[in-house]
Amino acid sequence: MTPTYYLLLSALLFTIGAVGVLVRRNAIVVFMCIELMLNAVNLSLVTFARLNGDLHGQVMGFFVMVVAAAEVVVGLAIILSIFRTRRTASVDDSNLLKY
Amino acid sequence: MTGTFNLALDTQPAAGAASAAWLLLALPALGAAVLLIGGRRTNKWGHLLGSGMVIAAFAYAVVLFFDTTSLAAEDRLRDLHLFDWISVNQLSVDFGLRLDPLSITFVLLITGVGSLIHIYSIGYLDHELEDRRRFFAYLNLFIAAMLLLVLGNSFVTLYFGWEGVGLASYLLIGWYQGKDFAATAAKKAFLMNRVGDVGLALAIFLMFKTMGSTQYDVVFSEIGDQSTGTIVAIGLLLLLGACGKSGQFPLQAWLPDAMAGPTPVSALIHAATMVTAGVYLIARSSPLYSLPQAEDARLVVMIIGAITLLLGCIIGCAYDDFKKVLAYSTVSQIGYMILAVGLGPAGYAFGILHLLTHGFFKAGLFLGAGSVMHAMNDEGDIRRMGGLWKKMPVTFVTWTLGYLALIGFPFLSGYFSKDEIINAALGQGGTRGWVFGGIALLGAALTAFYMTRLLILVWLGKPRWENLTSPATPDPESPEAPVGKPYHPHESPSTMTIPMIILAFGSVAGGAILSAVLPEWLTPAIGEVEETHGALSHTMVGILTVVLAAIGAGLAFLLFGRRETAVERPERVSFPVRAARADLFGNHLNEALFARPGTWLTRALVYVDNRGVDGLVNGIAAGLGGSSGRLRRTQTGFVRSYALSMLGGSILVIAALLMVRFA
Repeated sequence: MTPTYYLLLSALLFTIGAVGVLVRRNAIVVFMCIELMLNAVNLSLVTFARLNGDLHGQVMGFFVMVVAAAEVVVGLAIILSIFRTRRTASVDDSNLLKY
Repeated sequence: MTGTFNLALDTQPAAGAASAAWLLLALPALGAAVLLIGGRRTNKWGHLLGSGMVIAAFAYAVVLFFDTTSLAAEDRLRDLHLFDWISVNQLSVDFGLRLDPLSITFVLLITGVGSLIHIYSIGYLDHELEDRRRFFAYLNLFIAAMLLLVLGNSFVTLYFGWEGVGLASYLLIGWYQGKDFAATAAKKAFLMNRVGDVGLALAIFLMFKTMGSTQYDVVFSEIGDQSTGTIVAIGLLLLLGACGKSGQFPLQAWLPDAMAGPTPVSALIHAATMVTAGVYLIARSSPLYSLPQAEDARLVVMIIGAITLLLGCIIGCAYDDFKKVLAYSTVSQIGYMILAVGLGPAGYAFGILHLLTHGFFKAGLFLGAGSVMHAMNDEGDIRRMGGLWKKMPVTFVTWTLGYLALIGFPFLSGYFSKDEIINAALGQGGTRGWVFGGIALLGAALTAFYMTRLLILVWLGKPRWENLTSPATPDPESPEAPVGKPYHPHESPSTMTIPMIILAFGSVAGGAILSAVLPEWLTPAIGEVEETHGALSHTMVGILTVVLAAIGAGLAFLLFGRRETAVERPERVSFPVRAARADLFGNHLNEALFARPGTWLTRALVYVDNRGVDGLVNGIAAGLGGSSGRLRRTQTGFVRSYALSMLGGSILVIAALLMVRFA
């Protein structure tokens, strides 16, 4: 197998996620894009584990998944409560914390 | 020469009657404390307590004097250690008293004349009973401080007393509360004294820096090992201190203004004792000034003394205020003393001798002036007097004896002391001897001139006051136009005349007695008198002085004795008179020399502070505030812009890492 394809796929996914975070307004989509970035990183971690022939990368991947799961719980709860009070899920509308 | 001064270094611890010498300071200090703290409750007996304390101190001083004379000459330098006063790191100052012939002489003068003037003040201030207690409290404070000044055994103790007399002088000049001229004069005296005090303080710092101590013992034994620069610097700084306190050129202008205080104060502080502190300082530092390296400093001392003695005489000729003429006379007589102590071993003893005789006759002259003003509704203008000898015979006789002593009438006290100074000045030899001796002789003639003018205008001639009233003072409570009181001169009460009589005895006999014993008595403290032989013999000098004084007095009789004196001061007068009336521009000099540069310096500093220091601080604050205001705008509240900046930051960091790794 060639690791290059895996790494290229990982970079592609990360870029899609990053661009999504920057350009999309809907909080849910932004959130999903973050997940996409996390999983892109997971993919490269696992690839490197395979390359090096040890389990360090895979262990890191599990850590990322656990943190991501926790983050999803908190993040979705925040988005939900913002939507309940402001009737919108657009990140541009919640811009009160500024100069 | 230095062999003589080793004597001045070996001090013995005080024992016996001398071990209670702290009483000299404690008694008047206690009097001042009781009167100031006790307040109005002590009004009834305050003046008695104040006088009693000083008389007790005088009694003890007499005991101390006889205790000292019972010792052999070389044992007469005694130190009384009281307690460790300041002890910080290397600086250690003991609070101790130096009991030697020099300090005991001064103690006798201060407490003796002080006692007489306390008694005199009881009568002089009987119009102002409410405030009399405060007056006696300040007088006692002055006596305590002055005794500390002359008794201290280190320069720091001397400085303590030095500042103490400055404070007492300030309080007493401004004693007439609510009068602007008194407050102004007090402030002027205080400020001009500060200029001199800075010199004294710097001299003390320099002593500590070079010799590590300010005790007389240590300083005088080590001063000879210092560099010439240090010795001259200390000598000149001490002279600056002496100029401030003793009203010497260029700091003489405060002394005549100090006459705004009550007359007993003028007699005690501004004639007999405090203003002679500068002479004491230089005589006390004789081991320093006698060094061959200090030659230049001594020359400056002599020049200052000579300038001042002429200046005082010239201004004294033009003034019409009784006390101010006497004040300028004091300035010029202290000039004589400073000149004498500047002569070195040839003159120390004569400077002190003149100081003592001057203490007697000038205090007597001032008390006489006070007695006249007391009788004349506090009038000080001599043009409004005349013919007073009939009304106030006792004051007239005592005053005239003081007058004769001052102008150097043969065999009265001023004759002995001034004569010796002139002789010693001429004895310098060469041009220097002629210059300083000549100035001293000229001063003797001028002294006789202005004092005779005073004698004629106040005591002799026709009474000019008979048809006059004292200048009216507006009374805010009565609506009528102010009316002055007519003059009713009368003899003063016995509390005032008795001190004047005693001082007159001193003026007559003091010189003969003191000139016989004083030089030998002072030898352990300031060294032996160096015989001098000038171009003229001693007898010749004596005759010349008397002749010159007679010429001066005769000239005054011709000018003032034969024609009527105008009550109003003539304004169209020649330039010398105008200059003398303007204090020979002493105030202008001070203004130009000290006040203006001081103002400029302050203004420049304020400018630098406002524009420079404040500008820098405010500029930094404004710059930070402005840039923060702009940076703040980047906080838009949009998550995507934060995310973009995070991305950009991350890319930069990664790029930097890659650059480091692969470049």
